Amino acid sequence: MKVSLFITCLGDSFYPRAGIAAVKVLRRLGCEVDFPAAQTCCGQPMHNNGYAGEARALAARMIEVFAASEHVVTPSGSCAAMVRKVYPELFEHDARMKAAAESLAARTFEFSEFLVKVLKVDLRALGVRWEGRATYHYSCHLRELGMTDEAEGLLGRIEGLEYVRLASPEECCGFGGTFATHYEVISGAMVRDKVADIRATGAPTVVCSESGCGMNIEGACRRQGCHLEFKSLAEIIAEGLGLLDRAGGAAERHA
Amino acid sequence: MTGSPHEHPFDVPLPFDLRPRAEKAVRDLQLRQFVGSATRGKDRGRRDGFREVFGDRSEGVRTLAGAIKQHTLDHLDWYLERFIEAAGGAGVHVHFAQDGAQANAICLEIARRQGCRLCVKSKSMVTEETELLPALLAAGIETIETDLGEFILQLDHDAPSHIVTPMIHKDRAAVGRAFARELGVPYTDDPARLTAIAREHLREKYRRADLGVSGANFLVAETGSIVICTNEGNGRFCTSAPRVHVAFAGIEKLIPGPEHLGVMLKVLARSSTAQPLTCYTHCITGPRRADEHDGPDEVHLILLDNGRTEILREETRELLRCIRCGACLNACPVYRRIGGHSYGAVYSGPIGAAITPLLKGVHNFPDLPKATSLCGACFEACPVKIDLPRQFIALRRRMVEQRVTGAWERAVFRLWGWSLRSAWRYRLVSGVQRVVLRWLGRGMGPNDAGPSTRRWVSRIPGVLKGWTGERDFPAPASRSFRQWWEGEGRSER
Repeated sequence: MKVSLFITCLGDSFYPRAGIAAVKVLRRLGCEVDFPAAQTCCGQPMHNNGYAGEARALAARMIEVFAASEHVVTPSGSCAAMVRKVYPELFEHDARMKAAAESLAARTFEFSEFLVKVLKVDLRALGVRWEGRATYHYSCHLRELGMTDEAEGLLGRIEGLEYVRLASPEECCGFGGTFATHYEVISGAMVRDKVADIRATGAPTVVCSESGCGMNIEGACRRQGCHLEFKSLAEIIAEGLGLLDRAGGAAERHA
Repeated sequence: MTGSPHEHPFDVPLPFDLRPRAEKAVRDLQLRQFVGSATRGKDRGRRDGFREVFGDRSEGVRTLAGAIKQHTLDHLDWYLERFIEAAGGAGVHVHFAQDGAQANAICLEIARRQGCRLCVKSKSMVTEETELLPALLAAGIETIETDLGEFILQLDHDAPSHIVTPMIHKDRAAVGRAFARELGVPYTDDPARLTAIAREHLREKYRRADLGVSGANFLVAETGSIVICTNEGNGRFCTSAPRVHVAFAGIEKLIPGPEHLGVMLKVLARSSTAQPLTCYTHCITGPRRADEHDGPDEVHLILLDNGRTEILREETRELLRCIRCGACLNACPVYRRIGGHSYGAVYSGPIGAAITPLLKGVHNFPDLPKATSLCGACFEACPVKIDLPRQFIALRRRMVEQRVTGAWERAVFRLWGWSLRSAWRYRLVSGVQRVVLRWLGRGMGPNDAGPSTRRWVSRIPGVLKGWTGERDFPAPASRSFRQWWEGEGRSER
């Protein structure tokens, strides 16, 4: 199966290890992975802040970049929601582009969704083994896409992983893009509550595949002096398959 | 707590500045605890109630309720005519008011003509919008809010901070103090005792009142009925004991017929208070008839526009579907932390953040559409499926088009957008960002305790100042995914 990876702008710079993990896992599952080099950003920041023209131009670019892709997989639920829900709306008055946007929307999947719905993998049968206690934060956009169960289901099929659910998994972490800088006090109050919820689970590892949420929550953890380990689902699976070092091998180190 | 006595929280200088209020509210731990626990409880109740009764059909019920309201709004002129005909036939005097001042003037004129001196009022957001209470008092008409929450707020010279539970920001100790101060009763914070005091006080007023004012939850076009949902029975007193009843309603309250009322009542009660139905549902169709014992001699309905026909434009029309259930407030993580008074207007929470700028001008309330993380909890909670996140984005778009958004921000976004439209510009910007942020984050790297191998930045000036005021910002990895791909990633097996 051919898969084009849409890494997202935040993922490219800030969470390359998550992208690397996704590539390794997809390859292990028999996919032929490519990375169209012309890709940049889905345009969500522009769309959300009211710059429709800018968003449309970036959407048109994305549609062209992935025109030949069979499946487009992205680690971000947020960017997936942008492509799936917003792109067709952006071209409401352009039948040709709207059709192209709908085609891309139909071919675009969030990573965990792709594993569950398209590849239909069973991590237990695959022998994924990851020792430790972990909790999971899903992004609001995954909720919007109706995909709050996929990652949880996958985590439940990992040998050795003790999954502890958050008390309020549905509550926003306070990221919201520019919201976090415009209304930092409100956003700060939200993320502190999220950190408290995470800490209450006692899990040293937080599974979070959304770059934006991850930057926000981990940044708040650090500010509070609480050092938790943040990993995307792809990283957990890659580590559980021995494709990545649990500590993060030299090639995949963040720093 | 925002809104100290004698300082009206909605009497704000324009353009309204949300930040100082939000900051004050966030620091008010007591407020956050009251509002947080009450809204979480109601939100849970709503979800459980929907699941219990509608099960898998919850989505369908919301779609149906939304479609009923949308259909009525799409044909509002037609249904307004039907309603006026039916209500007029039942003996209701229907008035039109373009704005709040006109609506109040109509009410005052009715009171003057009828020689009314004492008014009992049931809870109504639309009369908060028109600021009827001070208008009645200024005209020398003694007026008492009879909804317990509103009664307490009136005593305490405070304003509602929630559409359904107006005193969500207060605790019983505050109520006890207000009662002792204003009613001269011994201090108590026992809810049963406080309720009894209010009841005793109000009973006497009902007996003597000659004017009853109410809002309306629904107006049934086919029958000309005014429908009011309450839980304390005060609405029934207000609309049946005094000889004159004046109801205020926004023009969006219409629904086609009684068969639609069943759906709307069910979703309203479950969404607002997690009840199967409110304790009292009054369908008022005209004044007391010759063979009836109770009821007013005259019923008036004042239909208010006050900016609603502006919202009726196609792209914002869905906002008028709102049945003021407050579910979006209860679900909203922002409302939970800043409370209703922070929004600077009568309607708070997500729905308020969307309609206040439309009713009062986006240039006057430019902060509200931005004060949301666009998490979508409101959309999920809304029983008539108003896509609030989409409306916030549309408002932000309008603000950019009308240059309400500052020139600096517009320039930043245009430049950002431009830089992302070519792969090489994107790489250049990412490269610069990496160098700068990693330099800022030098010394804050993997050497400190904890599993993170990342560098973090604790202070960044400019656009990210707000971010680092509350949390650290990550520095980009030393090598991007793209670089890994172009190195070994592409060919690795």
